[in-house]
Amino acid sequence: MPSTKVCVLRSAGTNCDQETAAAFSLAGAHAELLHINNLVSGARMLDDFHILALPGGFSYGDDIASGKIFANELRFKLADALRKFIDDGKLIIGICNGFQILVKSGLLPGSKQWDQEASLIINDSAKFEARWVYLKPAGRCAWTEGLERIIYLPVAHGEGKFVTRDKNVLNRLKKNKQIVFQYCDEQGKLSGYPDNPNGSLESIAGITDPTGRILGLMPHPERHIFSAQHPRNWNLKSKSGDGLQIFKNGVKYVKEKL
Amino acid sequence: MQYKIEVVDKPGIFDAVGRGVARDIFDLGIAGVKEVKFIQVYTLEGNLADGQALSICQELLTDKVAQDYKILSGQSSNYLKANQHIVEVAYNPGVMDPVEASVLKGVQDLGICGLNSVKTAKKYIISGKLSSAQLKTISEKLLYNKLIQHIVMSDKSNPPIPPFKKGGLGGISYQFNLITVDLFSASNDKLLAISKRGQLFLNLNEMRQIRRFFRKIKRNPTDCELETIAQTWSEHCYHKTFRGNIAYKESKAEPALGNRAIKNLLKSTIMKVTKELNKDWCVSVFKDNSGVIKFDKDNNICFKVETHNHPSALEPFGGANTGIGGVIRDSMGTGLGAKPILNTDIFCFAPPDLAFNKVPVGSLHPKRVMKGVVSGVRDYGNKMGIPTVNGAILFHENFAGNPLVYCGTVGMLPKDKSFKKTNKGDLIVVVGGSTGRDGIHGATFSSGELTHESETVSSGAVQIGNPIEEKKVLDTILQARDQNLYTAITDCGAGGLSSAVGEMGAELGARVYLDKVPLKYSGLSYMEIWISESQERMVISVPPKNIDQLIAVFANENVNAAVIGEFTGSRRLELYYQDNLVCDLAMQFLHEGIPQIAKKAVYIQSKHREPKITAKKNFTADLLKLLAHYDICSKEWVVRQYDHEVQGGSIIKPLSGLKNDGPSDASVTKPLFNSNKGIIISNGINFRFGFIDPYWMAASCIDEALRQIISVGGSLKEVAILDNFCWGNPDKPDRLGGLVRAAYGCYAAAKAYGVPFISGKDSFYNEFSVHGKSTPIPGTLLISAISVMDDVHKAVSMYAKGAGNLIYIVGNTRDELGGSHYYDLYQAVGNNVPKVYYQEAKKTFSALSKAAEKGLVKATHDCSDGGLAVALAEMAFSGGLGMEIFLAEVPFVCHPEPLSAAKGEGSCFKILRPAIGVTQNDVILFSESNSRFVVEVEKTRQKEFERLLKGTTFGLVGCLTAKPDFKIFGLDGQVCLDANINKLKESWREPLKW
Repeated sequence: MPSTKVCVLRSAGTNCDQETAAAFSLAGAHAELLHINNLVSGARMLDDFHILALPGGFSYGDDIASGKIFANELRFKLADALRKFIDDGKLIIGICNGFQILVKSGLLPGSKQWDQEASLIINDSAKFEARWVYLKPAGRCAWTEGLERIIYLPVAHGEGKFVTRDKNVLNRLKKNKQIVFQYCDEQGKLSGYPDNPNGSLESIAGITDPTGRILGLMPHPERHIFSAQHPRNWNLKSKSGDGLQIFKNGVKYVKEKL
Repeated sequence: MQYKIEVVDKPGIFDAVGRGVARDIFDLGIAGVKEVKFIQVYTLEGNLADGQALSICQELLTDKVAQDYKILSGQSSNYLKANQHIVEVAYNPGVMDPVEASVLKGVQDLGICGLNSVKTAKKYIISGKLSSAQLKTISEKLLYNKLIQHIVMSDKSNPPIPPFKKGGLGGISYQFNLITVDLFSASNDKLLAISKRGQLFLNLNEMRQIRRFFRKIKRNPTDCELETIAQTWSEHCYHKTFRGNIAYKESKAEPALGNRAIKNLLKSTIMKVTKELNKDWCVSVFKDNSGVIKFDKDNNICFKVETHNHPSALEPFGGANTGIGGVIRDSMGTGLGAKPILNTDIFCFAPPDLAFNKVPVGSLHPKRVMKGVVSGVRDYGNKMGIPTVNGAILFHENFAGNPLVYCGTVGMLPKDKSFKKTNKGDLIVVVGGSTGRDGIHGATFSSGELTHESETVSSGAVQIGNPIEEKKVLDTILQARDQNLYTAITDCGAGGLSSAVGEMGAELGARVYLDKVPLKYSGLSYMEIWISESQERMVISVPPKNIDQLIAVFANENVNAAVIGEFTGSRRLELYYQDNLVCDLAMQFLHEGIPQIAKKAVYIQSKHREPKITAKKNFTADLLKLLAHYDICSKEWVVRQYDHEVQGGSIIKPLSGLKNDGPSDASVTKPLFNSNKGIIISNGINFRFGFIDPYWMAASCIDEALRQIISVGGSLKEVAILDNFCWGNPDKPDRLGGLVRAAYGCYAAAKAYGVPFISGKDSFYNEFSVHGKSTPIPGTLLISAISVMDDVHKAVSMYAKGAGNLIYIVGNTRDELGGSHYYDLYQAVGNNVPKVYYQEAKKTFSALSKAAEKGLVKATHDCSDGGLAVALAEMAFSGGLGMEIFLAEVPFVCHPEPLSAAKGEGSCFKILRPAIGVTQNDVILFSESNSRFVVEVEKTRQKEFERLLKGTTFGLVGCLTAKPDFKIFGLDGQVCLDANINKLKESWREPLKW
């Protein structure tokens, strides 16, 4: 069986590409960094990959709004390839700026027409903040299978406040179990700032699409793949970090289902 | 056709930007503002078909979920209610606005072609009763900086923005006209006038040398030649003070250096240590854009710290922004290009609560400077994806007109890519940003003092960076490097192409066709192209056979790469503009023709007032005040705005503790995914000791940087350091006297500890004069240290881990309250400056390294600002535990003692247990003696730990408690300090909790 191939897609201003690729490698996949120009020009095909990863960073400097210009490139230049990729049952993950891109392109929460139904807007604190957060896993998503206990990951963003277009969208997310991660305190209780670092609606930190195959989240699982990255437990040599399971799940899904 | 588009948050969406501005207005002391609404404005210019403007709004400029838009076609928008005011802020023509390019790209992606230009503006609708004077204050103090921005007048009187075509600034084009400067017949007075008018900052001696040279070759220089010489000979590029002759005199100084004639201060001190220590892991020192040391068998690491003080004084955001952008390029321009892996930033400001009437005329308020600088660094560092792992912020009133902004970058590069060599025939290629009129005269501007007129005279030196452009350059440079497509690289920093090409071609000579340099807009003269300091550019030398492949690498990711000339072998610098020769200089004169500088330096040890502190029994209030001292208090507000986790390598983070909010010592980073090797970074800075003696300030800074490395579990095995002097005007003998002492202090400490300097920087003329009266900054030395750690899992953090664990103080405390923060609470400096006792300290360092290596310590915290009491308190509250400490157990050496001990000549000191009543508690609590640590050890490891520390001075001073009380028993056994740890922590967090 061919190995799991991951396209870590980057553009001007992407900056978490290497650690995202490293996380996939550690999870047993073959990850390749690819500039979006290579897909737009047709030099490379999205079809050659099983997983599309949109890493964190500041694509196009967050100009206009975070993720907006990259999202438009997906919508207007790669729509067909992307639709086929999704219809083929393949996986997509967007982390931080990648999540912003997925939301602004309408791939998340995911209606047929890719309407933008949610957004990630400027933090209530009106500034970029880097901190570690506790996350409560929930929902139904290929990427988070088996995650039950609270996990601990860093966030680092200025525009991460999740909002929906209206109440209906939120209700649909709940009904379909598309809310995958919520910010919480150490005990798993939903609470205010700074546990919820940006003022997100219902403490939403990550969501999936109706198929459960597209995951977007603001926290950075690729920054906690070794225990050494934990702010307090770096001397526990044997343990891996909380984020690794997400990448392993993606690889496992490809091996089992694709 | 022009379209003005306003984008605003939908009703019900929390307007975080507006809320922030409202809070800032309140902080200005202006009450009565009920609400501020923020509106983003785009002005599009071009020929758009029906419906295209609409689709740009809907598909690109507006977030449908959270925002609404409005297209205004020329006329006013009458939505103002009573008591509402509009302030609209736009960039001045020619100032970099990175959003422009992004919007143009976004519009193209929509398949719309007719757009010519884009301008952006920020609009604030302020609701509340305000006088026009108040509105002016709000605008000037908060919303705009006239150097780069202007207020767009109210919509009704707003003239349409002049068309800003892609190819031209207001449609002006440049007609070639060769300008020569008449030096032949110029009198000495005239020479000085020429230097001043042209902002050359050359002195008479230098101007005469230039006149002599041109008389010999029988022609006058072109403006371009004169500028090139001025750039190359500037203090900024040539380091005249450090390389010149200095006649040094001193009196009453301890240790005495003696009157002496110094030939090249740099080679006599800083570089001398490196040469004498001759470490085999030093790969490249004082040669390249940063210093390079060995990391592992395949990789080297490089480190450089730069300053960007003058630009940050005028435009804090832009100054700091381009400052960090520049030092990142230093790393990209080291060897054949290093990948930046971490940043460190150190700032000095005036206190943020300085009264407005104490702010010098022509300066911005320190709080605004601080916010701007922090934002500038945040913007560039975060967008480049480089973690900011470490830093410091200090405060003193004399930084009011002239803040200090130090930015440092560590890069990693493969061993076989660590050296560069330009060959004859290589093409000169400039990559990255286009060249504009921005940043002209930065190099010479930083070689003079700031005055209250600087903001108008030198505003061309102020710029805004474009981090995404630099990120694109970095991404592509590393690909080209790994394909071996070029032979040398350097960055375009101060002096622009003039400096970069001049340096790269110093041996071979270079020919440049200035009209081939890609421009942002037309209208630039040949000279402006040559000296412009436009950001985000690198210069590389490329063998002609590789050029097509090289250009393709850059083009594939939308980066400009243009061939502008070649390295010739003629040993001349030849510049052409449209076939006209505009500069023809011998490289030898350019690089070696500068006349020897002779300066005078005088150092007189001054006597400072000792504070009057009435005897007291309880020091709780003093500790609370110290924790709230701006130097000591929590910098969390700043640190959290920097991404310190990107790249996934952060191990010891800038904040640590039970709640991730305690003050870490050094940082530890694991740069490679497949190796446990780490990099330790630390900084030592303390200008307060320099008030008493810069010699001991320098030694203390080195000690501080090293003890932070020891604190996190490092060792002195492989430590390299950088010097970074920010000083006043070195032409004034008293300022230079202090500098000389600091440089000799550096030599003594670095030599004694065996740590070589690998690179450095100096920034002079840090003075601010108002109407002729000049105030220098406190002479400030930053020592930055870098070390390699074998296994990051052995790293030690600073916060208390377990109730019942033992607390040790390792290292001697002395009566050294001079320059302490405790004295600062009483507005005094004092005279007992902390010294460094090298032999004693080296034993301590080595023993603690071994203890960490064996896993015997649970936590270690460095004792510095605020002394023992502050270090103990920080350890306790960061870990959420209480402490009981007995001062009688703290190792203490009576004062005075022979200085020979301080010089490191044997250990003839005597340790005395302070007798009850003899020594005051506050000396032990707050003295800032060097080389001391607070260490937490588990009871089960006590014997092993103490055995390992044999031969050092240490005291078991207390233990950690589950009860959150911080209690210190004085020398008489009575409680002399008692507080709840949460109260201590709150006092420490409060001052900068913005």
